Amino acid sequence: MVGALGVRARVLIRPKAGILDPQGQAVERALPALGFGGVANVHVGRLIELDVEDASQVPQMCERLLANPLIEDYEVVEVQDAAA
Amino acid sequence: MTLAAAPHRELGLTDAEYDGICERLGRDPNALELAVFSLMWSEHCAYKHSKKLLRMLPTEGPHVVMGPGENAGVVDVGDDLAVAFKVESHNHPSAVEPFEGAATGVGGILRDIFAVGARPIAVLDSLRFGELDSARSRYLFDGAVKGIGHYGNSIGVPTVGGEVYFEPAYEQNCLVNAMCVGIARRERLIRSAAAGVGNRLVLLGARTGRDGIGGASVLASAELSEDEASKRPTVQIGDPFEESKLVECCLELLDRELLASLQDLGAAGLSSSSSEMASKGEVGLDIDVSRVPLREADMEPFEIMISESQERMLCVVEPERLDQVLALCDRWEVRATTIGEVTDTRHLRVFDGEELVGDMPVDALVDDVPLYDLEPEAPAGQIYPAPPARVAERCSAEDALLALLASPNIASKRFVFEQYDPIVGSRTIRRPQSADAAVLVLEADGGSGALAISIDGNGRRVACDPYTGAAEAVLECARNLACVGAEPLGLTNCLNFGNPEKPHIAWQLTRAVEGLRDACLALGVPVVGGNVSLYNEGGDGPIYPSPIVGMVGKLPDPEAVPRTGFAQEGHAIALVGMFAPALEGSELEKLRGRLGDALPPVDLPAHADALVRVRAAVRGVELPTAHDISEGGLACALAECCIEGDLGARVSLDGDEAALFGEGPGGVIVAGPRAAVDSIEGAIVIGEVGGDALEIEGALSVPVSELRTVYEDAIPAAFAG
Amino acid sequence: MKFGVVRFPGSCDEVDALMACRRFADADLLWHGDSDLAGIDAVVVPGGFSYGDYLRVGAIARFSPLMESVIEFARDGGPVLGICNGFQVLCEASLLPGALLPNDSLRFVCRQVEVAVENPDTPFTRACDQGDLLSIPVKHTTGRYYAPPGTLPEEQVVLRYAPGHNPNGSMNDVAGVCNEAGNVMGLMPHPEHAVDPLTGSADGGRLFESLAMVPVA
Repeated sequence: MVGALGVRARVLIRPKAGILDPQGQAVERALPALGFGGVANVHVGRLIELDVEDASQVPQMCERLLANPLIEDYEVVEVQDAAA
Repeated sequence: MTLAAAPHRELGLTDAEYDGICERLGRDPNALELAVFSLMWSEHCAYKHSKKLLRMLPTEGPHVVMGPGENAGVVDVGDDLAVAFKVESHNHPSAVEPFEGAATGVGGILRDIFAVGARPIAVLDSLRFGELDSARSRYLFDGAVKGIGHYGNSIGVPTVGGEVYFEPAYEQNCLVNAMCVGIARRERLIRSAAAGVGNRLVLLGARTGRDGIGGASVLASAELSEDEASKRPTVQIGDPFEESKLVECCLELLDRELLASLQDLGAAGLSSSSSEMASKGEVGLDIDVSRVPLREADMEPFEIMISESQERMLCVVEPERLDQVLALCDRWEVRATTIGEVTDTRHLRVFDGEELVGDMPVDALVDDVPLYDLEPEAPAGQIYPAPPARVAERCSAEDALLALLASPNIASKRFVFEQYDPIVGSRTIRRPQSADAAVLVLEADGGSGALAISIDGNGRRVACDPYTGAAEAVLECARNLACVGAEPLGLTNCLNFGNPEKPHIAWQLTRAVEGLRDACLALGVPVVGGNVSLYNEGGDGPIYPSPIVGMVGKLPDPEAVPRTGFAQEGHAIALVGMFAPALEGSELEKLRGRLGDALPPVDLPAHADALVRVRAAVRGVELPTAHDISEGGLACALAECCIEGDLGARVSLDGDEAALFGEGPGGVIVAGPRAAVDSIEGAIVIGEVGGDALEIEGALSVPVSELRTVYEDAIPAAFAG
Repeated sequence: MKFGVVRFPGSCDEVDALMACRRFADADLLWHGDSDLAGIDAVVVPGGFSYGDYLRVGAIARFSPLMESVIEFARDGGPVLGICNGFQVLCEASLLPGALLPNDSLRFVCRQVEVAVENPDTPFTRACDQGDLLSIPVKHTTGRYYAPPGTLPEEQVVLRYAPGHNPNGSMNDVAGVCNEAGNVMGLMPHPEHAVDPLTGSADGGRLFESLAMVPVA
């Protein structure tokens, strides 16, 4: 569904390096069992997508609500016209 | 719209059934009507093959407030309180997606309970999977337990008990049966019959999407591209957060007496809820699907009528109360929309705005459904393959005991119950594994004493002898209640069987229902509700016949409830009840690779008397320990008492393997101060609590620590590595 | 002393907490949408799945009108106890150091555990002695405590899981912490489910007993 607002932002949130990520480890263990070798360094995070009028506000949204900076890193990966 | 040739067959209707629909309508059904009939006339909704059989079950009793036919059975527990309870299956969805299948199974049974006006206070579950050396069975087991935990824990209803068995016969068709118990002041109970011509029909809760439509999508008017086909999911997704708001909202609506009737939406969604409400009330209903809040745009009217989106309820409201209802729902952040009204047409009429898109007589949908007679035929011998042998034909008693404790059917279920919250609500005084039944006190609800709840069934013994096996399930449930001093008030059952059109399955079903009936009559326990799940079979054959029994009872003194564990050095250990152990149908026989085709007959009236005496003993004397004998026989039961109490025992018994490991109904181990135990009529003292090993004279001596390691490690070990 | 027990959409153990508080003092439920704390001397933020644990545990509850008042109440020195989900909310609100992460087993775990009282000089533990062992149940999926190195002084560790009792992989076996001023505490175990020997243990009652002794204006 396309929003009427200006741009569509995509935020990736990952666990901070150095903090134990058991979800990532569980996935890393499960893949070889299915026949996929050569996999390492798996981490599991979250994706948040939103239509916004002012894309410059997205980092602040991340700081205040979308991520917990104590234990997570965030990255605004994509900002494009909502109509695209 | 014209229909493609014979879509009714794709929807599971026979040609004869299709003709029956045309006859009742006086014309051919349109696509929407066909979709609705295909679901209302499905086995799951109509009980075509079981309804006649179920009529033989006893449903009356002095404590019964609501019997079969309402959303849940209800019994009176004194102090103006009533307890509602029911068990339901969610087998096929769980085999597709175990997490969501099991979660929505819990969600569904919770709704049945608050639909009668009771606050859900406990969940129990009975599960069946293939053996744990199968990756698929581990996947289904793991997913189902996580799903039950997720839903129950999130909504704040404690999961207080349950059982799980692993047998090859369930490899392709797992079983997930969820039971819920709720409590209400008697005056808050509500029925589901729609009433009051002109009253409004209001839909509460989640938006409606395409959940559960699956097979009926053959009726969609547009051709679906490959891409869009994925938008028609068969799996229902549950949202416990939405349901927690719905529970509070509905209970407050009832407290304020704002509703004329209430019904939950389950299988077949709006179609079944509305037609069942109309049928009970002997009224008609007009529904406008364009008013239903949707999760996806462009849903067709038939999709809206049969969607199985979760967390929705239907209520009937008098026009002058409508504003108050909407305001209360708003405060709870529960969506509430008027979607129709009660009429005197005795028809379910579906509108899309102004346009009439479906018109069906309510009787044709609910009461006038073709019912079939079963054609039972006893098989010549055992129809199931023998299980693989895992234990030597001749082995020491010690080896047999350790093999049994390591068998997943007997081993500790800690892996399961530690994923559940049994304590939220602060009523639970006996958590899983600490006693034979869950015990919940009623004080905070204004009641006295406590409720005891258990759910039981052993499919393998029923496969040996459906009549006796089913009767034994009832006895076992009552025995678990007796071990905590509770008197049964009512029973709910879920009948899980294969294809009833096959004569041997029809025979299993018939004999099992007869066994249930006779056991209920002997014990004086009425059946207040239940569920049937048929066609549980695949290419490898049918599941074991699995009648699952849930019971609720009451006990007067919560302070005196025994535990399974031995409590103190020096306590006397005795056998009470009526116990005639035999190896037929036992777990040891299974481990030896044998599945028999008979069980020793059971004297039901004698067992009923014995249970009364066990209950009286538990209530009457100081008995810190009581544990019933079931899988694995007396030796396993003693081992469990030692493990749970972290105390050894010195016991002497006469007899052979059958005495140690034989199974059968009626036996209970008790332990307590010598004087107390001696005062129990008919008790046979067999030993004393003490030391740090289980010693059975002349048979075995095993340290409790070793018993514990084997017992606790078995199931986690299946998941390690 | 009057306790206020917060209720969010999705709270599960708020009535249990209310009943536990009422064994020791007056107590009422506080609706998340109201911001009025008048008459309340101590706030309890209970366990459950507030807002369905959506986004991150406790992340949305932290912004409710009532929580804005609770934050102000805490900054003014008022006692605030966060239990399980409540602990998560207080960390999200930065009233306590650290954060709660998924259990290392990745499973929900419900188990009776023993916790040792490491700091008896808080309003929450005054009825206890140093080293006392309390038997209290835990029940959570996201209870692994973590604080970046150097951000948690030792005196702010109030409760520690006894050896062998850490159910979730918490850093240094930390079970409960307080803020620097000592008026805000969070713990993963559920003391409200340990106030009656009939349901298992009464050790948790000592936290409510301690709070009930806090002098009120």
